[in-house]
Amino acid sequence: MSANAPILALRGVNKSFGPIDVLHDINLEVRAGEVLCLLGDNGAGKSTLIRILSGVHQPTSGTIEMDGQSVGFPTPRAAADKGIATVHQFGGTFPLMSIGRSFFVGVEPTKGWGPFKTYDRKKANEIAVKAVQDFGITRIDDGDRLVGGLSGGERQSLAIARAVHFGARVLILDEPTAALGVKQAAHVLRIVNEAKRRGLAVIFITHQVMHAMAVGDHFAVLIRGAVAADFKKGEKTREQITDLMAGGETMADLEATIEGYMASHDGHPPPPSH
Amino acid sequence: MTDTTTTASVGAPKAGFSLQSIFRRPEAGAAAGFVIILIFFGYFGAQNNFLTALGTSTWLNFASKVGIIAIPVGFLMIAGEMDISVGALIPAGGIVLAMATELYGFNIWVSVLLSLAIAGAIGWVNGMLVTRTKVPSLIVTLATLFVVAGLNIFVSKKLAGTTQHSLPDAGPVSEFLFGDYHTLQFGSDDASFVIFQSLQSSFFIWIVFAAICFFILHMSPWGNWIAAMGGDQQSARNAGIPTNRLKIALFMLSAMAAALVGMTEAVLANTASTTTQFGMIFNSIICVVVGGVLLTGGFGTVTGIVFGTLTFGIVFQGINFTTFDKDLNLLFIGALLLIAVLMNETFRKMATNWSSSKK
Ligand SMILES: Nc1ncnc2c1ncn2[C@@H]1O[C@H](COP(=O)(O)OP(=O)(O)OP(=O)(O)O)[C@@H](O)[C@H]1O
Ligand SMILES: [Mg+2]
Repeated sequence: MSANAPILALRGVNKSFGPIDVLHDINLEVRAGEVLCLLGDNGAGKSTLIRILSGVHQPTSGTIEMDGQSVGFPTPRAAADKGIATVHQFGGTFPLMSIGRSFFVGVEPTKGWGPFKTYDRKKANEIAVKAVQDFGITRIDDGDRLVGGLSGGERQSLAIARAVHFGARVLILDEPTAALGVKQAAHVLRIVNEAKRRGLAVIFITHQVMHAMAVGDHFAVLIRGAVAADFKKGEKTREQITDLMAGGETMADLEATIEGYMASHDGHPPPPSH
Repeated sequence: MTDTTTTASVGAPKAGFSLQSIFRRPEAGAAAGFVIILIFFGYFGAQNNFLTALGTSTWLNFASKVGIIAIPVGFLMIAGEMDISVGALIPAGGIVLAMATELYGFNIWVSVLLSLAIAGAIGWVNGMLVTRTKVPSLIVTLATLFVVAGLNIFVSKKLAGTTQHSLPDAGPVSEFLFGDYHTLQFGSDDASFVIFQSLQSSFFIWIVFAAICFFILHMSPWGNWIAAMGGDQQSARNAGIPTNRLKIALFMLSAMAAALVGMTEAVLANTASTTTQFGMIFNSIICVVVGGVLLTGGFGTVTGIVFGTLTFGIVFQGINFTTFDKDLNLLFIGALLLIAVLMNETFRKMATNWSSSKK
């Protein structure tokens, strides 16, 4: 297997919900140590695409390949077992659990024997804290802290560190920076870079072109469920990407429309259209 | 944002006992509430023997029965579910025991097992209905509450021709374990030193049961599963937790606990009646909520539930020891519930934000 073969590939994937076609003929590949940025306007189908990759939905037609073999992900569990980890917008979903406990949910380390096996809190906390600190989050030093008390960025980092610790090969991040401020977002982007350095394939979904350009090696723009553009780092400028995301209507066009409106309405900007 | 912290070294265990570490614990609210209520009724009820061994037994005996049910109901609430069918399972446990021994002449222990088995089966049905259909457990157990209540009366009349069953002699050992009054005192008469007096067997059952449940929720890995299930069902399942089987087991546990309470009452009173105990449904939920369990699931402690039950027991029974108007009893309970919920909310916030304050 060559070093540059894709870990995960979509071949001609279509998805429709009843009569509604959401994805058309999607072809995409991700490689180890590479960040694929999935861009697109609201409703373009990004979340649907990653739900197919994480076993929540099944493609209507087309195939998913892993290491060149055709695979199916009938359940989220099946996808997770094959090393696909999905981190959602708010990271940890157990706000009232301690860092150590939420890190090991479902695979708790134990000590003792038989029915008297007890949860090994010390070991869980140590491993969890170390895993997070290895990602450069040195502010987390106490595994007993509740996840709910962490900042949004720290929670994302914890979720990513957890996925990496449990052997994920493909990391899917659905708008991890959406709810974060500038510093917190930078934090998460650093973590994404670290995951990439460790050889994971990362699929990164975002609306923010700046965030995508900071970490992306490879970009795919979805427009109304189809891949409208697929290009490598440095092949397009920020303006070009922004224009693509706006669905072909260029930013310059939009500005012209707004200016035209303002000129004919005594300088008032147009009301928001939705 | 600097990455320098001046606080504790990596992963070092926290130095034992500190005031801060108490306030980190979300169940601290329930404990504090208990102390306040105890002092309050201790003061106003002192003249009427509230603080004597006998007075204490009054509310402990009452609390123990709610307490045995409140813990598994609390487990279910932590797991994001409700069980109100317990109101019908208490009488079911009692009448099955009474009919099996009196009507069919079974050995008392066989009858106890039979009663637990029937309760377990009803809990299993609850669990299956909740996990297989997506009907909320409040509705499912509301339905089984009435179904079982109806069966209690119907089967009783069909088999025994009555809704009141007598259970005259349960045998010395089972009397001792299930329904008797226990006193421990040193010396006699004037020189006696009373440790406890007239505590019912159910109190000791409660303590042992609470200890076992403490182990399950806080020490075994299962506790983590229960909390994870209530925190986010989907994530818990994806993490490999057998959520359906665990939920069914919890419904079986609460049904069996309710039947156990019914049996202790039957053995103690030597009779069992089919009367559905609607009050116990609310009582158990109040204890759980006062104990700091999050109504929406995902968080709760056994210690908290036990303190919540003790507090509830004092408020419910304590008024009889004071000079307050007895008619205010329910008002007190309502006020307790409101205050406890607000207080628990505050303590939970403190626990969540605990580390932010040390920056
Ligand atoms: N289960 C479903 N049934 C029917 N239609 C659906 C379903 N899920 C998604 N859709 C539709 O598919 C389209 C794409 O949705 P999707 O959530 O994938 O978009 P998105 O690119 O993630 O958008 P956003 O940026 O807002 O998150 C939308 O028009 C949505 O209404
Ligand atoms: Mg989306």
